[in-house]
Amino acid sequence: MYCREKSIQMKSSASALLNNLSVLPIAEKCLTYFTVVHCNVVNMVSASGDGLNFSHRQLQSKEGSIAASSSLIIQASWCVLPSRVLLVLTSQKGIQMYESDGFIMVYWHALDIPETPSAEAVFARGNVAATMLGHYICVGTSSGSVLVFKIPDKGANIILSEVLEEHRDPITDITTETSRSKEYIADMVSADDSGLLCIWKAGEDFKLLNKIPAYGCSCSSIKLWSGIVIAGYGSGQIRLYDALSGVVHVEVNAHARWIYALDITPDSDKLLSGAEDSLVRIWKLSKSPESHSVEHQHTECVTDIQICGAKFCDPEGSAFALTGYDLCEIIRFTLV
Amino acid sequence: MNDIITTMFNKTFMEELFKPQELYSKKALRTVFDRLAHASIMRLNQASMDKLYDLMTMAFKYQVLLCPRPKDILLVSFNHMDAIKDFIRDSPSIFNQVDEIFRQLIEMYSNLPAGEFQLIRQTLLIFFQDMHIRVSIFLKDKVQNSNGRFVLPTSGPVPYGTQIPGLIRMFSYNGDEMKKCEFPNGGSYTSPLQEGSFDLYGDRILKLGTNMYSVSRPVETHMSGTSKSSASHAKENAAPNPLAKEELNLLARLMGGLEVKKTTGSESGFRVNLFSTDEEEEEAAILRPSELSYQFINIQATQDQQSNEELARIMGEFKEEDPVSLSPCSKGDDLLAMMDGLL
Repeated sequence: MYCREKSIQMKSSASALLNNLSVLPIAEKCLTYFTVVHCNVVNMVSASGDGLNFSHRQLQSKEGSIAASSSLIIQASWCVLPSRVLLVLTSQKGIQMYESDGFIMVYWHALDIPETPSAEAVFARGNVAATMLGHYICVGTSSGSVLVFKIPDKGANIILSEVLEEHRDPITDITTETSRSKEYIADMVSADDSGLLCIWKAGEDFKLLNKIPAYGCSCSSIKLWSGIVIAGYGSGQIRLYDALSGVVHVEVNAHARWIYALDITPDSDKLLSGAEDSLVRIWKLSKSPESHSVEHQHTECVTDIQICGAKFCDPEGSAFALTGYDLCEIIRFTLV
Repeated sequence: MNDIITTMFNKTFMEELFKPQELYSKKALRTVFDRLAHASIMRLNQASMDKLYDLMTMAFKYQVLLCPRPKDILLVSFNHMDAIKDFIRDSPSIFNQVDEIFRQLIEMYSNLPAGEFQLIRQTLLIFFQDMHIRVSIFLKDKVQNSNGRFVLPTSGPVPYGTQIPGLIRMFSYNGDEMKKCEFPNGGSYTSPLQEGSFDLYGDRILKLGTNMYSVSRPVETHMSGTSKSSASHAKENAAPNPLAKEELNLLARLMGGLEVKKTTGSESGFRVNLFSTDEEEEEAAILRPSELSYQFINIQATQDQQSNEELARIMGEFKEEDPVSLSPCSKGDDLLAMMDGLL
């Protein structure tokens, strides 16, 4: 089963934010990059394959031309495109995109901030891209819009190509199809605070394929696996839906508190869930002619820590990493 | 107590507080706290004030962190309000004021969706990040570990709206329930309690936010065990928050307007010492790690025409200025200097 490894120390602790861990394995360099948000700073750690060497960087939130801003960062994640990888930071003021090493900022998009502060917070959250999406990076906002950015193969000529307006509540997470097979029609799923899920097909014009209604709970984290939407909710429940029809396949009473992170492996059909209840669970997903099924495989308890980020470190799921609120380390587990 | 509550629930101050705004900086909140504490005849010196403030922040951190579901932070506030109302139930004028604020809280927050409450809670947790001061009563009750972290139990009732973990239900492709499976949930959870009341009066059910000292115990906070990461206090966001400043200004004016009960000698008023002896208090002040000291600007601005004009000018500026376009400057320092000058 999984065994706890030596943790990676960070310069500062993780903030209590949804999906607060992003992992980028770079196979050819034998390195893994980790990013974790702390208030207005992003901690970037690059770990060597042998687990002996670490290098740290810290990125601060920006506001256009202002070098360092106090505006809070809501999410930081690696967006893997066909020919490049960008690091996308979303904050209360806007969206920053960096080259994958975190040194050069290639794009800044300011959010529309109303003249007088309204009762609702303004921020961006839910960044995603994947090879399946082609040359697009999508970012959600607190107004419910999903911004679609078209990204060139190199350089800074990034443009806002479309704004998708189907959600009315703040976007919580956006994900793309994990499976490498081209047989699945749905490319992307967006979720919001009310629990509404929207299923999309990517392209010059993104097409809405389906809307899965909320059942009464905020959806905090989502994944798309072989045409199945896997949704983690504030109630601690995980649900599997057919993306195109919206039919519920599986309901799991998974956690006793708000789920903060989900991750899946493309190669071994494993699901990872992390929640505020300090537990992280591994599930096996499978498909039979009659139904989909979920089987619980493993639970780890990170004593007294509210988990806010959970990610597999490689496509087979032989290792995973976790972050927790107020914790200055990235906790790691490996399969033995 | 009446003095403190009267000052805190002042109508104009509350109006400002209810406006949408960013989280207060640590400096701003500490200043508000100090001014409130000194609104009565109570006098604390630096060491005792620091201790009281630490106690308050760690207690609130505990309450916010342990909330079973995000909307429960409102129930915590309602528990606070219920206790406050109990203190002043014999003073009708201030009671009505507190009651009115309670109604405004209910109106503003009762119907907020869960996602908004989670965002509020996450923002509050940013304020408390990296604070691990050990509080004696929490250590004794085993709700806090010796490393300063709070205990998160994997037992007890699940939050209202959550199912006890352990069940997997699988459905066929046409929606019929096909199979049920159970798994060990790794804890000992029980069914949720009924939902607490969000009305003006009612059983809140939740115990967080009720009086920690219902059985009287000695109160101490320990500095020595604080983790190194609390040095991030120094990385404090110094950018001033305009609405917080406006509120501090109002509070300053209120302070200036109130009959200030100055201690002229050692007989009038009373000095509160949270340590067992005066010597201990002095020692604590010396031993307290510098990174934990709250920064004060103790410039003695003279209470003359010029400073009052300056204050009025700043107040006027705030009303015209777009609160969002913030120009970094030392207004925060000026303000704190003014406030010290007014007392």
